[in-house]
Amino acid sequence: MDQPAPADTASTAWKDAVFAALEAAGVSQVHYVPDAGHATLIARAHAHPRMRAVPLTTEEEGVAACVGAWLGGARAVLLMQSSGVGNCINMLSLVRNCGAPFLTLVTMRGEWAEFNPWQVPMGRATPAVLEAMGVAVQRVERAEDAAETVDAAAALAYGAGSAVAVLFAQRLIGRKVWK
Amino acid sequence: MSATIDTRHNAKVMNRFELTKLLVAKLTDEAVIGGIGNANFDLWAAGRRPENFYMLGSMGLAVPIALGVAIAQPHRTVIALEGDGSLLMQLGCLATVAARAPRNLVIVVWDNGIYQITGGQKTPAAAARTDLVAIARASGIVESHWAADEAEFEALAARALGAPGPWFIAARIDDKPAVTQTERDPVRIRDAFMRGIGSRS
Repeated sequence: MDQPAPADTASTAWKDAVFAALEAAGVSQVHYVPDAGHATLIARAHAHPRMRAVPLTTEEEGVAACVGAWLGGARAVLLMQSSGVGNCINMLSLVRNCGAPFLTLVTMRGEWAEFNPWQVPMGRATPAVLEAMGVAVQRVERAEDAAETVDAAAALAYGAGSAVAVLFAQRLIGRKVWK
Repeated sequence: MSATIDTRHNAKVMNRFELTKLLVAKLTDEAVIGGIGNANFDLWAAGRRPENFYMLGSMGLAVPIALGVAIAQPHRTVIALEGDGSLLMQLGCLATVAARAPRNLVIVVWDNGIYQITGGQKTPAAAARTDLVAIARASGIVESHWAADEAEFEALAARALGAPGPWFIAARIDDKPAVTQTERDPVRIRDAFMRGIGSRS
């Protein structure tokens, strides 16, 4: 093979560390709409004996299911792409009204080396709309910061009862390729 | 539950409050997630229970919330009460439920074909004669049924509370508004619910 491995699968070490942070935080439900940047986390969650990984048809379901998990006494995380954040806006009222902890990990599109113009508007708006709905935004640019940021975000969410989004920069995920 | 009667147009048009009372009378420790609107109001009117969560947020969220609760508490039956208009906003959740296949989840849908709370406008599904039970069954929820009348609704509810699901039970209802309205204090409602199902002491 002359071609290099796709950037989004070239390194999984930091993704494994992020998964370990979720595991250490006691997350038992992983709701997700797939993104290539989340592929490692999704696979790990499905393989984990004490986690339930739930593929969704839309990110909106995930916001509600994460609140349901908390109501039932469990900790959940929502994995999605920045475009999915736009789908969630109205649902985030539920999080805010109930004072529910909420943790979402968002892989960014529409920024670093984006080739698809359709991804750009929502990618640009992602931090602003999250903040407008009361979600704290923490951005990860470097692989070595990823796990620590997720660990801190989980503490803020489950400990302080906050809504927190961790945005993984597109530069970190790697140049997007369609396979 | 013969195949000949199990379609929308063969089901009797019943009353939501009467059916809600029949359902609530069968409950012991089950959690109930009431979706926004008249489904919620009639659940409130049928008798307050600490195991009820009165959700007045976005349309279509009762089933996904119930799924999260059902996974968190696999030994407790969790019921999502939803209106037809709300379910139409989030039909994909039926595939999500079918894929996860929680044995302890029951979805109950009241179908009057209208957006009652906004003035009774017809849903597109009513105009198109969309059959929600057929959609649920085609989504992979095997135990999907229309309640032909009150007696069958009671029988289906009893089966759903005793046998592994997921279940999808739909009933055609009239256009009578709910008999009262739910209190709207989300923090109080969620706190009572969490204590009611033992996730907070």
